[in-house]
Amino acid sequence: MKILVCISNVPDTTTKISFSPDNKELNTAGVQFVINPYDEYALTRAIELKENQGGTVTVLNVGLPDTEANIRKALAIGADDAIRVNAKPTDAFFVAQQIAYYAKEGAYDLILMGKESVDYNGFQVHGMVAELLGWPAIVPAIKLDVSGTTATLEREIEGGKEIVPVNLPLVASAQQPMSEPRIPNMRGIMTARTKPLKVVEPISVEVKTKTEAYSLPEKKSGVKLIDPANAGELITLLRNEAKVI
Amino acid sequence: MSVLVFIECADGKVKKSSFEAAFYGQQVAASLGTHAVAVAVGEVATEELKSLGGYGISRVLVDEEPRLKDYVSQAYTKVVAAATEKENATVIVLSNTNIGAGIGARLAARLQASYAANVVALPEVSGNSLKVKKSVFSGKAFAEETLTAAIKIIAVKKNSLEVKEPVSGEAAIESFSTALTDSDLTGAPQETIRATGDVLLTEADIVVSGGRGLRGPENWHLIEDLAKALGAATACSKPVADVGWRPHHEHVGQTGITISPNLYIAVGISGAIQHLAGVNSSKVIVVINKDPEAPFFKAADYGIVGDVFEVVPKLIEEAKALAK
Ligand SMILES: Cc1cc2nc3c(=O)[nH]c(=O)nc-3n(C[C@H](O)[C@H](O)[C@H](O)COP(=O)(O)OP(=O)(O)OC[C@H]3O[C@@H](n4cnc5c(N)ncnc54)[C@H](O)[C@@H]3O)c2cc1C
Repeated sequence: MKILVCISNVPDTTTKISFSPDNKELNTAGVQFVINPYDEYALTRAIELKENQGGTVTVLNVGLPDTEANIRKALAIGADDAIRVNAKPTDAFFVAQQIAYYAKEGAYDLILMGKESVDYNGFQVHGMVAELLGWPAIVPAIKLDVSGTTATLEREIEGGKEIVPVNLPLVASAQQPMSEPRIPNMRGIMTARTKPLKVVEPISVEVKTKTEAYSLPEKKSGVKLIDPANAGELITLLRNEAKVI
Repeated sequence: MSVLVFIECADGKVKKSSFEAAFYGQQVAASLGTHAVAVAVGEVATEELKSLGGYGISRVLVDEEPRLKDYVSQAYTKVVAAATEKENATVIVLSNTNIGAGIGARLAARLQASYAANVVALPEVSGNSLKVKKSVFSGKAFAEETLTAAIKIIAVKKNSLEVKEPVSGEAAIESFSTALTDSDLTGAPQETIRATGDVLLTEADIVVSGGRGLRGPENWHLIEDLAKALGAATACSKPVADVGWRPHHEHVGQTGITISPNLYIAVGISGAIQHLAGVNSSKVIVVINKDPEAPFFKAADYGIVGDVFEVVPKLIEEAKALAK
């Protein structure tokens, strides 16, 4: 089985977000970039599937050379090879087109990625890729097993889940608890250096969305503390002052 | 030209988030000088659909094909795409749910449309483009984005706009059908396992959430009883779901579910940045924590510095008294 795992490069989850003075760019000074946490679930599950039943895991990232540290990390965790599409990921549709194009070239059986990236929270690249390839997309998936040419997934729905059997090829997006992310070991880190990382140029895509500016939410005016001895007063305040119950 | 709203139904009822989408769609239609039409798929209650008229929807197209009872992304996308074509829609509005966003993404690729997810406000119209405001960085920031393609798709984040009380008026119901192939239906669920009787977390106006401060699943009745007294849904922090005290679908935060209820009550949760990321767009935040230094107090509107085991029973009592 040939698996393609798409990873994005996102600010570490503890990052305090700020922007350039003109509010047009994320302020990246001092920000550490990591593999998107949801993509790590996808990556580890792909590696587990490969370990159990053979095959290969290729990671793909659409990004400039500075993302290679995280691509190497994915190789250190256990992916076999990697593709970097040499472009700034301007919007989801751009990224999805690149993935679909290179996925077609590689004839993969399964494309796995996180349900969303924790930076732009688009929750959409998987759907776009699946549509471009004419494949089903099972989103968000909390469990994935493959046997022969059939996959069985659990898809999270509001307040429950669905069991979905579906033939390969397909696109699935990962959400906890699909797998337990792994930390690369020394051996993995050493071998990652020798694994192939192919850099390819992007296909051209017409721009459909343009980010104009970023802004931060308004600051809260401060907390109103209630004496724990009169905790019940909170309920009265929520009803009469905040008017939310 | 028209605005098309995708209506999501569960258990024969229109979801609250879809009424919001309808209201949003109608407002967009008004600012574009056109009308809003809705499309619904699968098992639907006619009375509920008619009530969309109160939100400014003149007609609802309904595809009642039995194979569409359960959501399959390709098939639903095909239906909405066909409705888009029939109604000559230039804007499609859906809610930013697992289903809505799943369709939105596929439609965007299929129709070569501009797509914006997590939209939190009505768009600004200028010429042929729309400028929308989206929630990004897991609720830590907003982005303003211009949508330029001929067709624009907007997925509206729940609870992000004040929906006006419905006026009287019924939408006309029209049946609608789309030719589907077997391959459109691949990936249909074999079985659905649903927790019954609970208020759905993603739809809830009030959420009561517990963290590691509850010490164990045996104390969860405190969260459940308070939720019940308030008509709220329950949620939890990540470590609580990780150790299995609560099911994963209750885990809120940067790697869990993002919610924006009117009231979020955090009980025994520290308020780590990853947790806040999933809940900080809640309208009112209440924090109960025995540690006055807990970071959550900085994000809270109301707080009680105290032991959950002493505080929560008092809240339950008071909330029950109020409910009577
Ligand atoms: C990549 C990544 C992603 C993450 N994603 C998420 C996410 O999506 N959601 C999430 O929640 N977390 C997430 N986390 C974890 C997050 O960093 C915190 O570890 C987590 O939110 C802490 O949960 P907690 O507040 O329940 O537990 P703790 O940090 O243990 O805090 C418990 C709190 O309870 C209080 N307490 C204890 N006993 C009592 C009592 N008797 N009465 C009152 N208060 C009491 C304590 O003072 C403390 O503040 C993520 C972490 C990483 C690294």
